[in-house]
Amino acid sequence: MTRNPAIELRQISKSFGPVQANKDINISVMPGTIHGIIGENGAGKSTLMSILYGFYKADAGEIFVDGKKISIPDSQAAIAAGIGMVFQHFKLVENFSVLENIVLGAESGALLAPSLSKARTELAELASEYELNVDPDAIIEDIGVGMQQRVEILKALYRQANILILDEPTGVLTPAEADQLFRILKRLREEGKTIILITHKLREIMDITDTVSVMRQGEMTATLKTDDTSPEDLAELMVGRKVLLRVDKTTAKPTKPVLEVQNLSMIDDFGVQRLKNINLTVKAGEILGIAGVAGNGQSELLQVLGGYSAATGVVKLNGSEIDLSTSVSGDGQARRAMGMAHVPEDRQREGLIMDFMAWENAVFGYHREKSNQANKFFMDNNAIRKETEEKMKRFDVRPPNPKLTAKNFSGGNQQKIVLAREIERNPDLLLVGQPTRGVDIGAIEFIHQQIVALRDQGKAILLISVELDEILSLSDRVLVMFDGEIMGERQPANTNEKELGLLMAGVSEKAAQ
Amino acid sequence: MIEFLTLLQVLDSSLRLATPLLLVCLAGLFSERAGIFDIGLEGKLLAAAFVSAAFAAITGSVWLGLLAGILASIMLSLLHGLASITLRGDQIISGVAINFLAAGLTVVVAQDLFGQGGRTPPLKSGGRFEPINFPGATSSKEMNEAGPLMQFYSELLSGHSLLVYVALLTVPISWFILYKTRYGLRLRAVGENPAAVDTAGISVRGLRYSAVIIGGVLCGIAGAYIATSLQANFTKDMSAGRGFIALAALIFAKWRPWYALSACLLFGFFFAVDTRFQNILLPAWFLSGFLILIALGLLSYVWKKDYLDKAVLGGLAVGISIIAFLVIFSVWDTGTSSQIKIPVVFIQSLPYVLTVVVLAGFVGKAIPPRAGGQPYVKER
Repeated sequence: MTRNPAIELRQISKSFGPVQANKDINISVMPGTIHGIIGENGAGKSTLMSILYGFYKADAGEIFVDGKKISIPDSQAAIAAGIGMVFQHFKLVENFSVLENIVLGAESGALLAPSLSKARTELAELASEYELNVDPDAIIEDIGVGMQQRVEILKALYRQANILILDEPTGVLTPAEADQLFRILKRLREEGKTIILITHKLREIMDITDTVSVMRQGEMTATLKTDDTSPEDLAELMVGRKVLLRVDKTTAKPTKPVLEVQNLSMIDDFGVQRLKNINLTVKAGEILGIAGVAGNGQSELLQVLGGYSAATGVVKLNGSEIDLSTSVSGDGQARRAMGMAHVPEDRQREGLIMDFMAWENAVFGYHREKSNQANKFFMDNNAIRKETEEKMKRFDVRPPNPKLTAKNFSGGNQQKIVLAREIERNPDLLLVGQPTRGVDIGAIEFIHQQIVALRDQGKAILLISVELDEILSLSDRVLVMFDGEIMGERQPANTNEKELGLLMAGVSEKAAQ
Repeated sequence: MIEFLTLLQVLDSSLRLATPLLLVCLAGLFSERAGIFDIGLEGKLLAAAFVSAAFAAITGSVWLGLLAGILASIMLSLLHGLASITLRGDQIISGVAINFLAAGLTVVVAQDLFGQGGRTPPLKSGGRFEPINFPGATSSKEMNEAGPLMQFYSELLSGHSLLVYVALLTVPISWFILYKTRYGLRLRAVGENPAAVDTAGISVRGLRYSAVIIGGVLCGIAGAYIATSLQANFTKDMSAGRGFIALAALIFAKWRPWYALSACLLFGFFFAVDTRFQNILLPAWFLSGFLILIALGLLSYVWKKDYLDKAVLGGLAVGISIIAFLVIFSVWDTGTSSQIKIPVVFIQSLPYVLTVVVLAGFVGKAIPPRAGGQPYVKER
């Protein structure tokens, strides 16, 4: 028996100016299956999905749904064709209720009340059918990201979607929440829905998909049955060369404490306590990883240590106490002078000035140093430019042109510019936040090697990341943060994602054992 | 003690003065709820005032004047929409441009048409909105003899121009549209997260254009009101900052229709007090006590702020306390019963002072629509 594929793309091409984002893409997904699309950042996955959801019009190619050729000029047409999309960044109205978000755009009449009551009954049916329980009257900003994602899925189902596309759905979830999502997806598959999962996480592809397509530089390099492949093969197909998936490192030889944090607490501008009595020590020659779901105080910890949020408690660097107010004696400049370097979480807002050139960015925070001054009044720009160019070459920044503005580099290369600036000053302590967020696999490998190399020189490193894989493979010790507190400490060798996941979800030390 | 009738007269005049504010405030509400900041309300108000007065003067029909005023205001709204929605320009700059355009163009065209120094000729009856007297209302001549209930009915409820009642009706209508209809849900959504609206398959542009057009209509009515009802002709800069005060009222009202009504009535009350009472006599102890309370309030507010805030606002508080003590000192000889005359300029400045206070965020946190001021660009 030959069934029509639920969705089929033939020879889809799309270019933006000279950049060919998608080239001759062919995909065919059978109904009731989960199909994975994997590729590095900039491989063209998002463009392809935007074409499917009517955000862009393809330059060439055809789309078939259930064997019928359709055109998708806008999102309305995609919805009508039964395509639902769950974006990486949720498209929800934060101060609306769950119900209002679901109804928005799919109202049954000009008045709201009948639409809402109709949606309420249908929501109850969907909830029991797919085990997707949410409180319809909850306000979006009050519920967790896992719940918000459910709302997105419900939105699609309420619009009678048969094909569900999920873009990087697990990026914001705890491992437990991700497992829950996968159970829901499997359930949807049983009910005959077709699911397309876009991700850069190899493990997810292996865990849940039936078939997988690999994209590289706008082209579809392979389409395989998941059972017939391995993570290593997929990684090679993605990058085009063999990739080391685990970080190669020797055991740490920690020596004296470099950073000591005692009873650190912080209350933000809205009166919410973001850090609660944090105690930790980072020794020279080790990487201390801090795991946790985004928004549990990790960012605030970095901001406090980096000197741009005030806090109470005691922080010592190399034995001398740091001023925790945000006055001049406690600012980032003063901390740099004491041997601290900081790779902030958000490189585009905190790490770089996007409209400034690479060489200007590469000297920031160190621009007052003697070595950068030509004389009493002027900076030695030529020397800085030359030095930056060498640095860029050492850190494999492409292209190594110091006069290019920061925004013209890709995410990975921007991150390398920040890393080069901070590491090359030879700090005693490096604070790193989300070092590989939005960075492609090839660059991840390089960045990880640089961090380990710094550790091997006997420097102390505090690593904060929401990627558990990264924490587990880089750190020598792992602390888990939840709701501004340290939930516990683990050795990467003696723990697993499940145990850390429970701690990340706030299940206490004892219950976790 | 102030007489009941005097109070009614002040309230009556508050209502009349609040009407244009209310209409403009609601215009801003629709626009800003859809994510389009509208600093050009003032310009639209002024343009509508001129066009409606000019048309009413030429044709002798106030209805044609009203229609023309609304059309003129819509044209400016579309200009703002073109700049900020279609061309994704800066909404503030476009609004400021509209204000300048209206301020200059109205006077120039008025001078060219009528040659009376930038004003329009006085409107005769038929060219104006006349007061509507409710059945049974006492005429103003016999008002003093009427009972309080009758005074309330005749003075406050009855005797306003049609547009005053229209403005009051706009409040529940706006509330209903915003919170009870599909259009309102989408309008509020597009001001909070246009991407959510877009991915739901609804046109962000269409919604935003519709919102600025509604704003244009309301501004048009307000303009016609000030030129053909509140006054009887157009004079240079007759909008007198009402568009900006309406913006402050909008923030004060936290972008909600019923709150907008109370905010505009409050501002209207200030204006009315200002026109009714030239100089106010206050007991000296009351005045200085009030000033000291303000100073103390300021000090407690800046207590937890950083040192720059402390220096600036603390300095202000100290200044106010010094004035308070000077007041006490100046009447020291005459004793506690002495009164201080508050000059009219202070009362005139009250609406503006209140505006500053509102904008500075002293009165609760006003959270604007989250996507306000940002042009919508689809993400890749």
